Amino acid sequence: MTDSSETGSYPSSWKKAPFIKNSFVRWLIIVGGAIYLAAALGTMNIDLERVKEGLPRAQRFLDSFFPPNFSDNRGVLWEGIAESIWMAIISTVAGIALSIPIGLGAARNLAPAWVYLFCRGVIAASRTFPEIILAIFAVKLFGFGPFAGFIALSLGTIGFYAKLLAEDIENSSASQAEAVKATGANWFQWINYSIQPQVMPRMIGLSIYRLDINFRESAVVGIVGGGGIGATLNTSFSRYEFDTAAAILIIIILIVMSMEYTSSFFRKWVQ
Amino acid sequence: MPAITNNGIETWRLRTSKEQWIRWVCWLIGLAVIMYAWQMISEKTVWFFVTDAPTQAADIGSRMVPPKWSYMDKLWKPVWDTINIATIGTIIAMVIAVPVAFATARNTTPNIVVRTIGLFIIVSSRSVNSLIWALILVFILGPGVLAGTIAIGLRSIGFCAKLIYESIEEIDHTQVEAIEATGASGPQKMIFGILPQVLPTIAGVGIYRWDINIRESTILGLVGAGGIGLQLNGSLNTLAWTQVSLILIVILITVFISEWVSAKVRGAII
Amino acid sequence: MLQLAELTKKYNTGELALKGVTLEIPKGQVLALIGPSGAGKSTLIRCVNRLVQPTSGSVVLKGTELTKLSSSALRKARRRMGMIFQEYALVERLTVMENVLSGRLGYVGFWRSYFRKFPRADIQEAYRLLDRVGLKHMADKRADELSGGQRQRVGICRALIQNPDLLLVDEPTASLDPKTSRQIMRLIQELCSERGLTAIINIHDVFLAQMFSQRVVGLELGSVVYDGKPDGLTPEVLTRIYGEEDWSATIKSTDEDDDDEEEF
Repeated sequence: MTDSSETGSYPSSWKKAPFIKNSFVRWLIIVGGAIYLAAALGTMNIDLERVKEGLPRAQRFLDSFFPPNFSDNRGVLWEGIAESIWMAIISTVAGIALSIPIGLGAARNLAPAWVYLFCRGVIAASRTFPEIILAIFAVKLFGFGPFAGFIALSLGTIGFYAKLLAEDIENSSASQAEAVKATGANWFQWINYSIQPQVMPRMIGLSIYRLDINFRESAVVGIVGGGGIGATLNTSFSRYEFDTAAAILIIIILIVMSMEYTSSFFRKWVQ
Repeated sequence: MPAITNNGIETWRLRTSKEQWIRWVCWLIGLAVIMYAWQMISEKTVWFFVTDAPTQAADIGSRMVPPKWSYMDKLWKPVWDTINIATIGTIIAMVIAVPVAFATARNTTPNIVVRTIGLFIIVSSRSVNSLIWALILVFILGPGVLAGTIAIGLRSIGFCAKLIYESIEEIDHTQVEAIEATGASGPQKMIFGILPQVLPTIAGVGIYRWDINIRESTILGLVGAGGIGLQLNGSLNTLAWTQVSLILIVILITVFISEWVSAKVRGAII
Repeated sequence: MLQLAELTKKYNTGELALKGVTLEIPKGQVLALIGPSGAGKSTLIRCVNRLVQPTSGSVVLKGTELTKLSSSALRKARRRMGMIFQEYALVERLTVMENVLSGRLGYVGFWRSYFRKFPRADIQEAYRLLDRVGLKHMADKRADELSGGQRQRVGICRALIQNPDLLLVDEPTASLDPKTSRQIMRLIQELCSERGLTAIINIHDVFLAQMFSQRVVGLELGSVVYDGKPDGLTPEVLTRIYGEEDWSATIKSTDEDDDDEEEF
């Protein structure tokens, strides 16, 4: 863009400045990205023959949705669903009960340094591993069944809930907290009167959201032996009872949908 | 609100007695539900295993150290696969999620039928966990990385499309109006008025989901869909605890690095 | 040049925003539209370029009836009407240059606009306009890096690059400080006289309206209650438009004009 304003003629071409200003870095990213994609796709061993063989199986699977089999021959379908729901509820409650002290401890403006580091450590550990891996270990320790799933989901809840609680507390208004402290309140009164009212509405919303997540997860911890509908789903797959599997999937989708609807409704109502 | 006159003495209470009753009843119902749930769970629990768990934990723990570092040689390829499953799965998801999001947002798609289809895609993709998608796809395509990648992709469509369509519905409408006032056509309105406003969200959502997908793709191997979960499953089945601990460490590091990368990239873009 | 006849707008909520407004605006006239908030000022100018669909009545621009146009003919008609917005309404994440060039969208095809390949003449014109408003050096800045006054100048450029016959200006100074407000209003006035543009300017500031327009129309609850010279705005008239208030300090005679620049 040459400066030609004094001569009265203006440049007649203009190009948008590229997003990454440094052209070397720009090309490095483009070329690097292309090489990576090529390498990634190259090592994926996509076997078109096998995909072609899979098509009739996909067809069979889809066919089994019409109609799905809700008849529940072995009496495990509804039992599995019920187990999942109870598991989701109890692990949400237990997880949140554990999350509150940990969340308070992980808030920098409340806790002394050593408590803060310890609580953050617990949160990081619980966040890193997916619920499934927690479930595998829980199954090893507590045996097959919903108890293992309950432990895994409760631990998973801590990583989620305590982290968000701590962040919310850290973002809460310091002046409100100060004002309550200035009245001479003790620690519990201080938390109860200044912190709790600020974080409560969001936290109630999040606990409903977490219940929603826990139900979804409870559908998969069963795959590794953690009880619930996942176990039923896994068995029906390995027995090639696709119409039952289809029925389970439909039920899961319906429950998740209705939960999502109620949770968004609840969250609006609370706020 | 309630300043209650009691025997001629005015006192203050936070809630009226009716509100207080409703609260008690709610608590009671909640408690009953929890008790019942606990009852259901504990019925199916073998308490001997639970009481034995600390000894078990100590036992397994002692068998896990030290991690078998030499096993690392066999883990590079699975780690590479895991990252690829997450990355390519996310790319597939984004390519589909963006048009789905535009088809679902109220302000870009007035047609209710199209919007319902969009919502249906989002809901069904979101409700089914990636591990279940993987279970289905392993059956159809056979075990391997491809099934895992598609599973991650299918699961992520709904997540990404939901966040993107919500941000499309929240855009500043006057900017679009201004473009419309110049005599721009519908598609031009889209690329000049709407897209610049949602592009940062689209990029942010993609990276956020990639980070989640790294985590999720570490476990897909449990059902045979490739990645490091395959080795984890194998090691667990053969009770090779020193390998298990190494794999857990590798997963931990991978997740930390991906979190760091995604935070960096998001910072650079937004 | 622009005739509005019995223009009525009833919103879906049942609110009657315009009650049969009839106006005739000759070429080159700068008309200020004043009135309290909710009087229908915004609705009126949006009915002209049909960002709001009028319920009944007609809008005729240079002999073309706008209310009956098909959507593609409407797009063509909109190219000749530049609009300037209250909160600037720049696309904030695009550069200044892209924002100005977006005024030409009605003239270029989809793919050209997608790849930002605007005709050379348009780009030259964009630079010329940016230079005219003193922002040529800002061409590659992103719009959200600009101050309010600068953004509104870019908004003006976007409207002018359309090469319009008519300028629709919606509260151009609502989010600006008093000094910048005057500068922007003066700029609009100058550009209108340079190019012989007709303009409708919505403005809530009576004083600015008096200073920078040739005709003032007062709107109250969707009806025209005053139509005349700027200096005809007596306390009685203002009371009719806005309601009872002490108006004596608001009214200035227009010949004090340019000397009191720093008064605010």
